[in-house]
Amino acid sequence: MMARLLPHPVLSVVIALVWSLLLNEISAGGVVLGIALGLLMPWYTARFWPDRVRLKAPFTIAEYVLIVLWDIVVSNVQVAGLILFRRGESLRSRYVTVPLELKTPEAIVVFAGTITMTPGTVSADISADGRSLLVHCLETSDPDEVVATVKSRYERRLKRIFE
Amino acid sequence: MAFVVELIISALLVIGAFFLLVGSLGLAKLPDTMRRLHGPTKATTLGIGSLLIASMLYFFTQHGQLSIHELLITLFLFLTAPISANMIAKAHILRSARERGAITPAGTDTGWATLQPPRPSKGP
Repeated sequence: MMARLLPHPVLSVVIALVWSLLLNEISAGGVVLGIALGLLMPWYTARFWPDRVRLKAPFTIAEYVLIVLWDIVVSNVQVAGLILFRRGESLRSRYVTVPLELKTPEAIVVFAGTITMTPGTVSADISADGRSLLVHCLETSDPDEVVATVKSRYERRLKRIFE
Repeated sequence: MAFVVELIISALLVIGAFFLLVGSLGLAKLPDTMRRLHGPTKATTLGIGSLLIASMLYFFTQHGQLSIHELLITLFLFLTAPISANMIAKAHILRSARERGAITPAGTDTGWATLQPPRPSKGP
């Protein structure tokens, strides 16, 4: 009963919080509307989220966020350098296939999003059975190293967080 | 003190503008669609991020109010940028035969999701 009315408690809290922050001030009406949205939206979209997401290892989440933020800064500088100082045709761009160990859809989404936001890589597609990702690299000489890096840096931690 | 803060805010604004410019330059300069995707997805996130941090600092130090909207803009940007990049990449792979020749095999039984034949729809 509880699980049917409140399928995703964490999502509800996040929606209510984001709504309150959007108003930029605390008011009774805003909080009530936020809670109402937090209850209604997960209920209405429940069929898209068949399994309840379980987050483990809160410290790993904090560590993951910091690592990703740092990597975003580094990747921005690297990509800016490539754009400014290299001729477009001379960039050794290519696709690589990243085999996935993650099983949870939510974890794969976060993994693919992280790959897009960080050094020289954009995730382009997923295999139909959800077991490998197609990733485009802007500049690489060693595809295996790219795969090893994203797997050890992001996937290992996401596996600890989600699974 | 006020001067140092102003200096930091100005520096963040200039850094933000620089990365936004480079991101747009990448969009114009790089030779094909997949490479062009790299500019806007990355160079602009740091650009927008710097501008938003500058905005938060400005309102906190000059007007004494803590503004949260900037954090939300960052959050929404991080949610939407990878998804739009992914949709553009998928559409491009589907439409371009040359791109389909360049992609690596999935290494699984099924192949890439974009290239699957459409499933029969169940109707509305």
